[in-house]
Formats: sequence, structure tokens, C-alpha cells
Amino acid sequence: MSGLTLNERQTGIAILIAVIATGIVMAAAGASRADVLEVHGYIVALVGLALLWLVLPGYFAPLPKNDRTASYYDDPTRAGVILAMIWAVLAMMVGDWVAWLLAYPQMTFDFAWASFGRLRPVHTTGVIFGFGGNALIATSFHVMQRTSRARLPDQLSPWFVLLGYNLFCVLAISGYLMGITQSKEYAEPEWYADIWLVIVWVTYLVLYLRTLMRRKEPHIYVANWYYMAFILVVAMLHIVNNLAVPVSLAGAKSYSLFSGVQDAMVQWWYGHNAVAFFLTAGFLGMMYYFLPKRAERPIFSYRMSIIGFWGITFFYMWAGSHHLHYTALPQWVQTLGMTFSVMLLVPSWIAAANALLTLNGAWDRVRDDATLRFMMMAAVFYGLSTFEGSFMAIRAVNSLSHYTDWTIGHVHAGAMGWVALITFGSIYALVPWLWKRERMYSPALVEAHFWLALAGTLIYVFAMWNSGILQGLMWRTYNDSGMLTYSFIETMEAMHPYYVARAIGGLCFLTGAVIGCYNIWMTIKPSSLASSTGDEAPLPSQLQPAE
Amino acid sequence: MDLAHDMLVGFSKSAGLFYLIAMAIVALAYACWPANRDRFDKAARDIVEDEDKPWQ
Repeated sequence: MSGLTLNERQTGIAILIAVIATGIVMAAAGASRADVLEVHGYIVALVGLALLWLVLPGYFAPLPKNDRTASYYDDPTRAGVILAMIWAVLAMMVGDWVAWLLAYPQMTFDFAWASFGRLRPVHTTGVIFGFGGNALIATSFHVMQRTSRARLPDQLSPWFVLLGYNLFCVLAISGYLMGITQSKEYAEPEWYADIWLVIVWVTYLVLYLRTLMRRKEPHIYVANWYYMAFILVVAMLHIVNNLAVPVSLAGAKSYSLFSGVQDAMVQWWYGHNAVAFFLTAGFLGMMYYFLPKRAERPIFSYRMSIIGFWGITFFYMWAGSHHLHYTALPQWVQTLGMTFSVMLLVPSWIAAANALLTLNGAWDRVRDDATLRFMMMAAVFYGLSTFEGSFMAIRAVNSLSHYTDWTIGHVHAGAMGWVALITFGSIYALVPWLWKRERMYSPALVEAHFWLALAGTLIYVFAMWNSGILQGLMWRTYNDSGMLTYSFIETMEAMHPYYVARAIGGLCFLTGAVIGCYNIWMTIKPSSLASSTGDEAPLPSQLQPAE
Repeated sequence: MDLAHDMLVGFSKSAGLFYLIAMAIVALAYACWPANRDRFDKAARDIVEDEDKPWQ
């Protein structure tokens, strides 16, 4: 609150009161129909009240100095990094829980909320939107200010974006546990949560554009292009895929505007572009800023980064239909998706190669600095999983891989190996800069996190490759009389050891994230052992030798 | 319905193709234009050594 002007404090409080009022109206409306919307109304009102209680004491704090344009506004970035790490641990914990649940299905204990169908979207939303989204918002605030050499245009809208976005995530996962879902993968939240996200996201887009308009550096650095593509396209995808008609304004349930195969096509246009623009473009923006910064070398080829950008934005948009091979979708649309998916390998490998070639000549740093090694390994996994993705999109390959655990393995090679590793690397680079510390509290713990994350990813991915291909082959094995050789339950039994291995891999990955949280907490807590420099001077990106 | 389907297929196979080729040419020309080289090199170098204050 102390960083906000009087006007912003008043507007902020007005927004919070409006949020509380909306929550009360939602609760009353839900109660009138005995609908679960009532619970969400209470949650919205309580979140609003809690935030009001937090910020009200700061209302009479001294106003910020007038020369605040001489510094960057980093408070929302700091909060975003902490929120991202909290979501990481919570969502990965649920992820490992559902992994054990698949190995031992009796672990639901007959609770509806503990069933796989409800916990699984808690995991996916938690890691993608909670962990990934907060990390993207936090790093984008940092990167857009540094590369524009300009402060955020105001102090209120970044908080609105960050906290509003987290409210959306809370509504999403609390809804799944109560059974609220519109049954669209990665777009499960119902209509009212979707409308709220549109408001938050448009504010985010406007904030980004306003910062860019204030830029002092005429050239817009390539990382900003990737972040902008992420924000703009996610807005477009979210709005179109969530077009729905609520059964009642006083109820949670809605029905999609599209039906049948059109609904499936729109959903996978959304779903694959969520991978493309949420999990790829945004994180490439992160990589193109934090990797050169940490390596203290300019990116290998700026031209390649531009060509890669346009390749990714043009090709990805058409790839979604490869999720619907051998369905009622017209054959030519399937072929279109397949062709573009294969072509996507070119811009994807441009980005991966650009990252690795940047490190060429600095391999000694990669050896000594686990933070940089996180980023290097992320680029390797990015290259691997995009190759695998293009390959799996080929219709003939898809006939073996689709509906099997191979898909799960592929997704996690991307999500754990690429997205999470680049995020952890960027956060380890960012935390000492933001909190003015010389380095992380313990480089040895960064090292431990790196090896746990890498081991966890490899165990996970190899388990799912084995399981998926075995599963696919068992499903299509016929005996001499043309009958299926294996019953479905036999394939389930064959999967069991791999499911246990997967859960162990996930546990390694989760343990690494918990260690990361501890290390970050020890770095940022006021009496941190990692000495503070005390002045406002920029800190050179220090090497952090492991030994 | 058949007409709409055929029309879409025809459109994507003709105009869609040329649209993509045109966009590719524009993007490649922008990225590889010799006069842009210095600007790109500077942009790549500048972020590595940024000071921690906005420019005034």
C-alpha cells in the first residue's frame, strides 16, 4: 500500500468493496437456487474482505515520493514470485497425489472431492495457471520495465492483475473440488470465473501496452514480443473457447455455444494454443531475457529469435486439430493440423538452438552455476519435447500414441523439463536481484534442486514412454482368430509398475520445489545470511559455484 | 453445407497458402535486412548490461 498514490489507494479500496459486494450477490443468488455458486460467492467476498483487511491499515501510510519514476516498481514482481512458488508446491503435491491414486485407486476413500476426475484438474490448473501463470506475470513485469527502461505506468493495475488472476485460480480449483466444471480440458472454470479472467486479462494487456508506450529504449526487445503474443493470444483463445450460455445467472452450470465436432475443434484450437502461447511463447520470453542475462552474453542470434517468433506465432495457430486424429473432424482439417505440427519443428528448434548456442563458449559457467544449468537443461528439454510433439502429431504415429500414457509423458517432458526448469532458473536468477542480495542463500540447495528436478523428470518421462508404448501395443494386439489378445484390465495391470515409478519421479520433482521454496525464503527473509549490499546499485549476475 | 465446406477448403488451399508465404517473406526480410543488423546487435547487447534504474 505504501507505494500507491492516494488516488490509487482510494480506487483500490473501491475495487475491493465492489468485489465483496459481487461476492455477496453471487452467494445470495446461489442460495436462492441451492446452487454451489453460493460457496463461490462466499469465497469471493472473503478474499475481498481479507485483502481489504490487509491493505486498510496502509491507507494512512506516508505517500510515495514524487520521484518514483526514477526507480522500477518491483513489489508486484516480488509477490508474484512468492505466489508462483506456493502454487508450485501445492499443485505438484496434488499432482503426485493423483499419480499415487492411479497406482492405488482405492486411495479416494469414497470422498467425491478426492476422486481422480476432480483432483486432476486441480493439479493441471495449479501448475499451469497457478505456478506458470504467476511466474509469467511476475517475470513479465520485471522484463518489460528493464527492456523498456521505463517504470510501470501506475501502481494499482499490476496489483489488480496479479491478485485478480490468483482469485480466478482459487475459484477454478475450489470449483473442481465441488464438482463445478465445464468439462473442457485446461478451460474447466465456469462462465462467471471466465468473465472475471477476461476483465483481469484485458487490464494486463493494457498495462503491458501502456508500459511499452512509455519506453525510453526505441527498440522493443524480442522477449517483449513473446510476452505480448502470450497475453494477446491467450485473451483471444480464452474468450472464444469459453463462449457459453449459463443455465441461470444464479447458477454455476453453463452450456457451450458450440456443439459436436465444432466444440471439439474449438476446444483443441484453444487447448493446443494454450500450450503454444501460454506454455511456450511466454516462457520463451522468459528465456530470451534471463538466459543472456545470467550467462552475461548476448543471445547467439537476434535474427533467429525474430524468425523463430513469427514461425511460432503463424504455425502454432493451425496445429490444434492434431488432437482429433481419427475423429469426426474432416480429414483435411486433421491433415492441416498434422502438417503445421511437423513444420513447427523448425521455429521450435531455432529457439532451442539459439539458447544452446548462446551458451557455447560459456560451458564452464553451466558447469559451475546450477541456475544457468536449469536454463540450459530447459532448452534441451524444449528441443526434445517439440521434436516428440511434431512426431506424435503425424497421424500414423498418433494411432499408436493417442489415448495412451505416451501423451502424458510428452506433456510432462515439456511441462517439467522445459516450463518448470526455465521458471526455476529464472526465479533463482531473479530473487537475488529483486531482494538486493548478493546470491541465493544456499547455492548447494540450488544444486540439489537441479538434480532432483532432472532425476524426477527423467524417471517420470521414461516411465510414461514405456507405459504408453506398451499400452498402445497391447490395445492393438490381435490373436489368430482376430480377437483382441488383452482385456483392458490386463493393460491396467501391466501399467502398475510404471505408475509407481511415475509417482516416485513426481515426488523427486516436488521435493526439489520444496527445497527451492526454503532456499528462496531464507534468501529473502529480512535477516538473510546472504549479505545485503545495502545500496540501490545493480548487482552483477554473480557466478554461484557449487563447491 | 457442402458448398461452405468446399469453399473453406478451396480458400485455405489458395489464399491461405499465399498469405503464409507472404508473411514468411515479410518476416524474413525484416529479420535479415542488412540495415537492421546494428539495431539488432545493439538490442541483444543492451539487455545484458542494463542498469537498475529507468532512463529519465
